[in-house]
Amino acid sequence: MDTNVLFIFILAVFVGFEVISKVPSMLHTPLMSGTNAIHGIILFGGILVLADADTTLAMVLGFVAVIFGSANVFGGFMVTDRMLQMFKKKK
Amino acid sequence: MSSQIVPLIIIGVSVLFILGIKFLSSPKTARLGNLVAAAGMFIALCALLKTDGSSVWSHGWSFNYTLIVIGTIIGLIIGALGAYSVKMTAMPQMVALFNGLGGGAAALVASLEFIKGAHSGETVPTSITVPMLFATLIGSLSFSGSIIAYLKLEGKFEKPMTFPGQNILNGLILLVILGLCGWLTFNASGGNAILAFVVVFSLALFFGIAMVMPIGGADMPVVISLLNSFTGLAVAADGFAIHNNAMIVAGTLVGSSGTLLTLLMCKAMNRPVTNVLFGAFGSSGGAQAGAAGVVGTVKPIQADEVALLLAYAQRVVVVPGYGMAVAQAQHSVRELTEELGKRGVEVQFAIHPVAGRMPGHMNVLLAEANVPYDQLIEMEQINPSMDRVDVCLVIGANDVVNPAAREDKSSPIYGMPIIDADHCKTCIVMKRSMAAGFAGIENHLFYKDNTRMLFGDAKASLNALVAAVKAS
Repeated sequence: MDTNVLFIFILAVFVGFEVISKVPSMLHTPLMSGTNAIHGIILFGGILVLADADTTLAMVLGFVAVIFGSANVFGGFMVTDRMLQMFKKKK
Repeated sequence: MSSQIVPLIIIGVSVLFILGIKFLSSPKTARLGNLVAAAGMFIALCALLKTDGSSVWSHGWSFNYTLIVIGTIIGLIIGALGAYSVKMTAMPQMVALFNGLGGGAAALVASLEFIKGAHSGETVPTSITVPMLFATLIGSLSFSGSIIAYLKLEGKFEKPMTFPGQNILNGLILLVILGLCGWLTFNASGGNAILAFVVVFSLALFFGIAMVMPIGGADMPVVISLLNSFTGLAVAADGFAIHNNAMIVAGTLVGSSGTLLTLLMCKAMNRPVTNVLFGAFGSSGGAQAGAAGVVGTVKPIQADEVALLLAYAQRVVVVPGYGMAVAQAQHSVRELTEELGKRGVEVQFAIHPVAGRMPGHMNVLLAEANVPYDQLIEMEQINPSMDRVDVCLVIGANDVVNPAAREDKSSPIYGMPIIDADHCKTCIVMKRSMAAGFAGIENHLFYKDNTRMLFGDAKASLNALVAAVKAS
């Protein structure tokens, strides 16, 4: 097993904890929505498996995975931006 | 693109994701943070590598690529329609839905890899089967769980559904799933493996439903946050299975930050996460328990009288709740506070960490109505000075101002931090009727001596108040 990959994993766990440890509760919803968009990177997984699909079943499942992942990533970033554009200071 | 440069690009992308999340945690840079993360996603897409190290985009065009493009465009349209058509009050549902789709995609990707491996007849190493099974399990659980959470927030079967032995049944299902996964880890080849895999997939879907069904609508934010981190971990596991470092980093970041966010939310409600998941909070039994300690009577008040109180107050605090958002009264609230501001009244908003349907949801809703965010004060900051507030205007909030959380040990919300609305000189509660709140608990605040009830639709009442304040 490639231990480098585990190394990356462990470090990412701690970075994930550290970066949001001081977030005010007013930003919890946008933050959840933003991180939700980031796991939309699963679209790439969908693209990779669909690119290699050689049976009809694999193509159908891969196609659904790409649609799901794409909706997750695009919708996620858009909805987060829509929320955040409203945070303005008093003029 | 040379395969030596790609790992460097992925490192850059990881930095963009980390910075994105970092920027998202401060109001000033939050929007930038989202864009930074999106830019990282775009760059990663351009540098997408296959398992054998060649770029996805360097191959000849085939029917599969047409499917990829069509699928991505369909997803883009679904995502854009959802993101731009959803009302701000329904935001939590939308996040739940997007999260469910991500979880479903993660489960499908793992399934495809699994089926491919099983068909090939070769022995698949455990370093691949374990992450594949994990992604399938967690991804499909997150998919079905998120859909139930979505439906619950939409008002379908909002009440927790419980039956005797539920936790035992869920435990048994989980045991069967884990047993099959254990077997599959070492026997991931052949027809039996595929059959067992389909059973695991189906049971995990069912387990997601069974896990979320008994949880009340009020706890859905915690559930969504937890499922969000689950999806992140499933994506990371997929990254292990198909050797994609960008997926590992992005998925793990979401998994760990999502877990922390879930714990922070539970802390804001003063309940351990296990209690949320297995406690069936807000069930009918809990609702009756809170009614015992109520003393006093409900005292109604008219809008003109409230307007006078407000117009001649020095300091007014508004406690907004989800009811305000449902009545679409945010703009009327802002109008009222501006009118009071012109008269020299100091107006602030007291924001409970879990006001609305999700932490921070209320801030989004008020921001949408152009309330400047420096007027929004968090609960811990405003509570010590609540006894110097002349008028506290509670609009559509209920459980977050219920003094039972401080006074009544038998109350299911006992110990939850609340905004001390009852400490101010006069507390005006705007409410449609005397119905109980989202958690189904009787509110002691309504019966206090310094509380007056202004019944009616929040928006209509607020417009009446604005008119009356202007006239006085």
